[in-house]
Amino acid sequence: METTLASSNDWRAQQQAHFRRRALDNLTIVLFLAPAFVLFLVFVIYPILQSVYYSLFNWKGFGPAVDFVGLNNYVGILSDQIFLKAVKNGLLIVALSLTLQLPLSLALALMVGRDLPGRTFFRTIFFMPYVFSEVITAIMWQSLYNPDPERGLINALLVLIPGVKAQAWLGDPNMVMACIFVVLTWKYFGLHMLLYMAGLQNIPAEIEEAARIDGADRRQLLTYITLPLLGGTIRTTVYLSAIGSLQQFILIWIMTKGGPVNASEVMATYMYRFGFVRFWLGYGCAVAIVMFLICLIFSLVFQRMARQPDYLGSI
Amino acid sequence: MATTYSHPSSTWRKNLPRFWQYLILSLFVLLIFMPIVIAIFGALKTRGEMYSRPYTPPIPPHWENYARILSQESFWIMLRNSLLVMLGATTGVVLACSLAAFVFARLEFRGKSLAFNLLTLGLMFPIYVAILPVYLVLRQMGLLNNLWGIIVVQVAFQLSGNILILRGFFMAIPAELQDAAYIDGCTAFGFFWRILLPLARPALSAVAALTMVASWNDLLVPLVVIDKDILWTLPLGTMQFQGQYGMDLNMVSAFVTLSAVPAVLFYIFAERQIVSGLTAGALKG
Repeated sequence: METTLASSNDWRAQQQAHFRRRALDNLTIVLFLAPAFVLFLVFVIYPILQSVYYSLFNWKGFGPAVDFVGLNNYVGILSDQIFLKAVKNGLLIVALSLTLQLPLSLALALMVGRDLPGRTFFRTIFFMPYVFSEVITAIMWQSLYNPDPERGLINALLVLIPGVKAQAWLGDPNMVMACIFVVLTWKYFGLHMLLYMAGLQNIPAEIEEAARIDGADRRQLLTYITLPLLGGTIRTTVYLSAIGSLQQFILIWIMTKGGPVNASEVMATYMYRFGFVRFWLGYGCAVAIVMFLICLIFSLVFQRMARQPDYLGSI
Repeated sequence: MATTYSHPSSTWRKNLPRFWQYLILSLFVLLIFMPIVIAIFGALKTRGEMYSRPYTPPIPPHWENYARILSQESFWIMLRNSLLVMLGATTGVVLACSLAAFVFARLEFRGKSLAFNLLTLGLMFPIYVAILPVYLVLRQMGLLNNLWGIIVVQVAFQLSGNILILRGFFMAIPAELQDAAYIDGCTAFGFFWRILLPLARPALSAVAALTMVASWNDLLVPLVVIDKDILWTLPLGTMQFQGQYGMDLNMVSAFVTLSAVPAVLFYIFAERQIVSGLTAGALKG
């Protein structure tokens, strides 16, 4: 009798301790999640929802939004040639990044490889532009692109070649996107190279060794062993590069303001022009929503398409 | 196979490609340095020299441009503003993200996966998409022309990625450690504070380093939040300086190179943290 009483008291005490711990844990959960959630809801989710609302109004930012126009802003955006040009330019940067910038980064990462003496030195140098702000990058390159060969280094070097004339570079509507892409590559190829180098580091040397013993030559080694095993990293860089390309703003805004004659307009410069320069806030909100939908669709399509076997994970 | 090691021509065959490798890599090193070196050359010239021969080495160097900028109070104010924002944003990100990442990595509760998915949704809302909506909210809250306005937005848009990174690190810490701590009477908070955080110091410093770089270089948020020159951050000031002194290219070069110094110094000291943060974020995320 006594023993059971004692043990049941014991049990009750344990139970109480358990509840106390449970309550304490719940308190911890709420308190710990609160800062992140409050910030996230107030400054990320709420603004987006609110701008869905404003995008339905013709609103210049003063007083309440009352001039309801339905989907007119969206119709206006999607039928504006300049916006379509901006989307096209964004896709052009994506295409150039995927076909030129990433292969270049990959080639350099493979060249440095695992054991080239001085590999950390090269990585440090190539990655350095990443930590320069976009403002600094834009201003430095602007002076290199100066159309006057007396001023801009690139033209000065160019006119040394007989028969070649100085180019307007950023002032030439046909050339401005290519010039911007060169700057983007200068700033970001080091990031991708860094990721590839980390990916290469994760491939066990024994696998390549085994293939070599089996008589694979360098090309076979690359196409059948190294690249497939690097698949996960390549997918990640493709994603980062494409999403990053769609979001370019500061570099372009400082170097060209989207000009000449909208030749280098991208979605973000378009949004900034309407939202912050002309202060058509309703229209600007609609642009933001369209941009968001484009990024979202891209992410979803990418995730669906890129779901491929992870070879490295299965080793 | 074995002959390749002893064959006399093997060093040739091995070293020739190596020569090309170094040649190509060195070429890229030159390309990386070219804009930076030209900017430094320009900064060390007088205005007259800048016009007559803009990209030759500055002989003799003129340090007046730097002296002039450093003697202006506005440069130091910008530096202070940038530092304040960077410290605020980094503290906020490290605090909010480590707390939330701990809950997601180590504690169980109803609706956990829903909450986690909601937070990581932020990866789909890059700041460039959301800047106009965010501006409107800041205006309603009276946070325009306020350094806090920059800080809260920078923190809010860094949450998702960094929670993901830290959660990965926290989950890698063995569960036995948590059980042992609980048996010894440790609360969840005690475990987090006394065991997890000290163990996760490399991850925390990686997150901090990444946030510092992002915050320090950010122009978009200060651009829309601030229009009083007393509150300009360094990137914003650099942009305005270019607009104001556009004709004085030597001064612009001096200002640009000077404002790059903190970033380069930081890179030299924190390269390891930045690199590990980026690779962890990209390869796990």
